Amino acid sequence: MTSAAPPILDVSNIEVIYNKTVQVLRGLSLCVPRGRIVALLGSNGAGKSTTLKAISRLLELEDGAVTGGAIRFDGADIAPLAPHALVRKGLFHVMEGRRIFDDLTVEENLTAATFALTGRRAPPKSFDIVYDYFPRLHERRSGLAGYLSGGEQQMLAIGRALIADPQLILLDEPSLGLSPMLVEEIFTIIARINREQGASMLLVEQNAAVAFAVSHYAYIMETGKIVIDGPVETLMRDQDVREFYLGMGVGAAGHKSFRDIKHYKRRKRWLS
Amino acid sequence: MEFDWLFFCEVTLAGLGSGALLALTALAFVLIYKATKVVNLAIGEMLMVGAYLFFSFAAGFGLPVWLAIPLALIGGGLLGAIVERTIIRPMLGESAISVFMVTIGLGSVLVGLVEIIWGAAPTQLPDFMGTTPLFIGDAYVSRKIAIGFAVASIVIAAFVLAFRFWRGGVALRATATDQGAAYSCGIDVPKVFSAAWIVAGVAAAGAGILVGAVGGISPTMGVFGLSALVVVIVGGLDSIAGALVGGLIVGLVEAWSGTFIGGEYKLLATFGLLILILMVRPYGLFGTVEIERL
Ligand SMILES: Nc1ncnc2c1ncn2[C@@H]1O[C@H](COP(=O)(O)OP(=O)(O)OP(=O)(O)O)[C@@H](O)[C@H]1O
Ligand SMILES: [Mg+2]
Repeated sequence: MTSAAPPILDVSNIEVIYNKTVQVLRGLSLCVPRGRIVALLGSNGAGKSTTLKAISRLLELEDGAVTGGAIRFDGADIAPLAPHALVRKGLFHVMEGRRIFDDLTVEENLTAATFALTGRRAPPKSFDIVYDYFPRLHERRSGLAGYLSGGEQQMLAIGRALIADPQLILLDEPSLGLSPMLVEEIFTIIARINREQGASMLLVEQNAAVAFAVSHYAYIMETGKIVIDGPVETLMRDQDVREFYLGMGVGAAGHKSFRDIKHYKRRKRWLS
Repeated sequence: MEFDWLFFCEVTLAGLGSGALLALTALAFVLIYKATKVVNLAIGEMLMVGAYLFFSFAAGFGLPVWLAIPLALIGGGLLGAIVERTIIRPMLGESAISVFMVTIGLGSVLVGLVEIIWGAAPTQLPDFMGTTPLFIGDAYVSRKIAIGFAVASIVIAAFVLAFRFWRGGVALRATATDQGAAYSCGIDVPKVFSAAWIVAGVAAAGAGILVGAVGGISPTMGVFGLSALVVVIVGGLDSIAGALVGGLIVGLVEAWSGTFIGGEYKLLATFGLLILILMVRPYGLFGTVEIERL
């Protein structure tokens, strides 16, 4: 890996508060090296989506605020940038729940994403790059996006990111509500986009197994901070991670001592 | 008694003429509502200001019409921009009803300003369309109404095309659907808000010049906005097509009821129609009912 250039994303010690009252992130730090896929895992309500919204600055639209710490994208502090300005610098957030424009056509959804190129280059003449990865979208290109299937909508959401030609993509639960086969298909494409387009990714997932399959490094968070992190190969060997995130047991239950069970309870809080 | 078809046609043509002006005003309203979700009750007063600006440039300063019209349109756009920046944007995030009330206040302020600057008495705009009547077949149409209809139609058609095919139209519709997602695509949402108010200001000023040319101007001409409000409720608050069809329907109903039942029943007929349509289609004829997926 390059050592001279700063990481594409560097989050240090951030705190986030919603509605000026509810603190959700408490000193969270993470780092995405250039060209890598980094996974961010955690139970429901841990604050994963909040972390992504803090990074893309969409948090402000929900009356949330970063009250401490710093976020650096490509070496520069993001604090002075408006959300759309950050997108135009190459940080694209594929939001939770897909958030495609229901009453626009597939093509118009992609056209909307061309605004991310403002100030960098002219909008592309064609959307072939998206249709190459997702041929199914080509068939549906002039239909309303609201009538796409859930899987196709997720493809469209990722397709918008492709059009934006970003340096970093934040992906929030791309597997949400998809059949296992489709999850595999989407993640294969995510890995391909990372390789072929060179986009770094921060990937939030509930499905740890599939996230591990494509990621290089992973963070696990619990109630607003990181509790474990490491290269994926290391985490895969970690007993707790195997047990509670990958759903792999460690042998017969009888072998567990009382201490293990207390340990289990402590760790179980990560799960919902 | 023999039904006078010729007379009926003439009334219908007049109705279509004022319907086109209603549609143009409604379009300005829809534009603002679509982009910013603000119900702008001051649209009639913005229209009035446009008419008075034209009056000032053409009659007051004696500028030629070809110069006075663009200046009045620019003035209307400027008014839209100022209102958006100083009144509407600071209210971002406030409840819809507070913003709605503020636009009512804005309407009164505009009426007050016009009365202070130009006085309360009704006046005529300098004639710039000529008065030779037109005939379609045997039916007589006032030249002003015909020109108003033609101009409004061209402008509306341009709007519809821009909405469909221009990239900026996509940005506006995307913003209307999901502001957060629009930001996430790199769309400058505050700029879309400004643009919508500016374009609506220009459209309202244009409608004001046409309405004033037909019926004269006065500080109370903003009530035209009330009919435009009926149009958008009939057509659907967020629908361009609705503004178009609603405008023509309301224009026709007003003309027919005013002529054949009596002027005093005009409002009754219009609002009766409004209630009827809302009972059948609560979102208006073309209003968005969200796409529901189960
Ligand atoms: N707009 C908001 N206003 C107030 N509280 C919020 C808001 N959004 C999230 N929260 C709270 O912040 C906490 C973290 O939410 P967040 O959406 O970040 O969780 P998550 O890790 O993404 O969970 P999930 O896996 O269910 O998506 C939750 O307790 C949630 O209730
Ligand atoms: Mg989430």
